[in-house]
Amino acid sequence: MSMKTVFERTTGLTEKPTHYCPGCTHGLIHRLVGEVLEEMDILEDTIGVAAVGCSVLSYEYFNCDMTQAAHGRAPAVATGIKRVLPNRFIFTYQGDGDLASIGISEIIHAAARGEKITVIFVNNAIYGMTGGQMAPTSLIGQKTATTPDGRNASVQGLPIRVSEMLATLDGSAYIERVSTHDVPHILKAKKAIRKAFETQKQGLGLSLVEVLSTCPTNWGLDPHESLDWVRDAMIPVYPLGVYKNEAGGN
Amino acid sequence: MGKVLMKGNEVLAEAAVHADCRYYFGYPITPQSELVAYMARRLPEVGGLFLQAESEIAAINMVYGAASTGVRVMTSSSSPGFSLKQEGISYLVGSELPAVIVNIVRGGPGLGNIQPAQSDYFQVTKGGGHGDYHIPVLAPSTLQEIVDLTMDAFDIADKYRSPVIIMGDGMLGQMMEPVEFKEKVESKQFDKSWATTGTRGDGGPKIITSLELDADSLEKRNTLLQKKFAEMKEQEVRYETYCTEDADYIIVAYGTVARIAMNAINKARETGLKIGLIRPISLWPFPEKPFEETRKRVKGYISVEMSAGQMIEDVRLAVNGHAPVDFYGRTGGVVPTQEEIYEKIITVAGGLKYEHENGI
Ligand SMILES: Cc1ncc(C[n+]2csc(CCOP(=O)(O)OP(=O)(O)O)c2C)c(N)n1
Ligand code: SF4
Repeated sequence: MSMKTVFERTTGLTEKPTHYCPGCTHGLIHRLVGEVLEEMDILEDTIGVAAVGCSVLSYEYFNCDMTQAAHGRAPAVATGIKRVLPNRFIFTYQGDGDLASIGISEIIHAAARGEKITVIFVNNAIYGMTGGQMAPTSLIGQKTATTPDGRNASVQGLPIRVSEMLATLDGSAYIERVSTHDVPHILKAKKAIRKAFETQKQGLGLSLVEVLSTCPTNWGLDPHESLDWVRDAMIPVYPLGVYKNEAGGN
Repeated sequence: MGKVLMKGNEVLAEAAVHADCRYYFGYPITPQSELVAYMARRLPEVGGLFLQAESEIAAINMVYGAASTGVRVMTSSSSPGFSLKQEGISYLVGSELPAVIVNIVRGGPGLGNIQPAQSDYFQVTKGGGHGDYHIPVLAPSTLQEIVDLTMDAFDIADKYRSPVIIMGDGMLGQMMEPVEFKEKVESKQFDKSWATTGTRGDGGPKIITSLELDADSLEKRNTLLQKKFAEMKEQEVRYETYCTEDADYIIVAYGTVARIAMNAINKARETGLKIGLIRPISLWPFPEKPFEETRKRVKGYISVEMSAGQMIEDVRLAVNGHAPVDFYGRTGGVVPTQEEIYEKIITVAGGLKYEHENGI
């Protein structure tokens, strides 16, 4: 009886084991990006920009040229690269503290300029790397290291919906929010990432996929509960869907 | 090519183009806005790219991105904007990326004003951003020197894979003088195999980063950086001396102040006072040699600056206690006049004249 290969490691990722916590969906999102780069056969023509956050070491995991950016500045760094190398694929991989807090200016202006880059925006509603502090995306009532009694709208303000906001800018070309809490959604997330890179290929403007992701370690939940929390608590605040699609189709 | 009459800021921009810089990212700020406007017009003419960033923070990070692909890239600003670039500059050093950064210094602190100043000396020569680092800093004092130093700055950046700073002041940026752009004899070739341009045809992935989580590894990286700084200290010192051979007192000044000081020195020499000038051209590495050569025989030095006294610290270190070091400075955008510097010379060295006249 011959064995049939049903699953293979993507060539889009290096063989280095990732450092992510058990149940963290960062690694899964890496794989989706790696698979898309492999399937589109663009690994050799891609340069990724790693941000500051738990994914800072993503430059060791993606099997393409990588540059590491200062906290929040990945869209500016990506702009510099893309403007020199317009025929390469440039992507950033950023957390919600990186993109929606310290780097909100850089992402807004990259979108406004219609930079032909792809942004993988990992929203886990918390700062993972620094030990679970409030992010601009933390939910009302969410307990974090810096909101021990839960995020209070009158004190800490309200969550930022990045996808909706960036979709209002004419320079953004493809924006979709996806989730990783179950297999059908993971498959959908991969399609969105593919679409984002296709949008870049067509030179239509900035493409961004907001991926709802888990942080079991700092949420204080087990991996399974974390997936449920994405579905039950996050999605109602961050509705899934396509917010911008200049390319048309699906 | 003959001489052309141009404004300092524009001279700097054109010199960068002559040095094969094709990418510029910046944010407007007085007194260097002509440089930005010149690049906006000029770079597309030579197939390059100009992009106005949303802030100096974005601009320096765009520079970081462009530099990571191996091209020659520049940004420019003035004091408040230069402060915002510090994080990015530290990352450029940490990731060993070449770039040229211009600071046309204005009066501070805070928003200060838009008049000429040299009050960013500490910031440019002592680090400015976080971490253990130094950057070559070039301070031209004429427009022709702007041409020459800007061309050199790009070579130094590529040679060491390091940012290089050109520091001027608003007066230099605004003044007009005839300059000559010499065609480059030959383009020096620099290894750019480290550049992240995609892996097609060159094997495995390349990584540009300043992160090193393990302490021993980061120390090793720092040791390599320190070696590089030591080599810069050997190779990249630049200065000029004027009438130091017989000088009793030596004025130390750089940039436009050195020009004014030179006039004051000439006037003093007419009255028989033997005054000389040391003009540091590289502010880092600071030229120690002209001090080692003179410090045992002169009666003293006078550091003249458009600041409350910043370079004087390096002068004192170079003099190393062998002679007194005096100071004259103006702040807030006030430019010291030739008369003021002359007065200072008389105050410090005037006694000598009395000694000469009375044969003591
Ligand atoms: C300028 C600067 N400020 C603060 C930090 C500390 N810091 C590192 S990661 C991080 C937040 C990361 O959170 P997020 O982007 O949500 O990514 P995650 O770790 O959750 O994946 C912060 C504040 C830093 N590295 N640099
Ligand atoms: S701290 Fe959170 S985001 Fe970071 S690796 Fe662990 S689970 Fe993932």
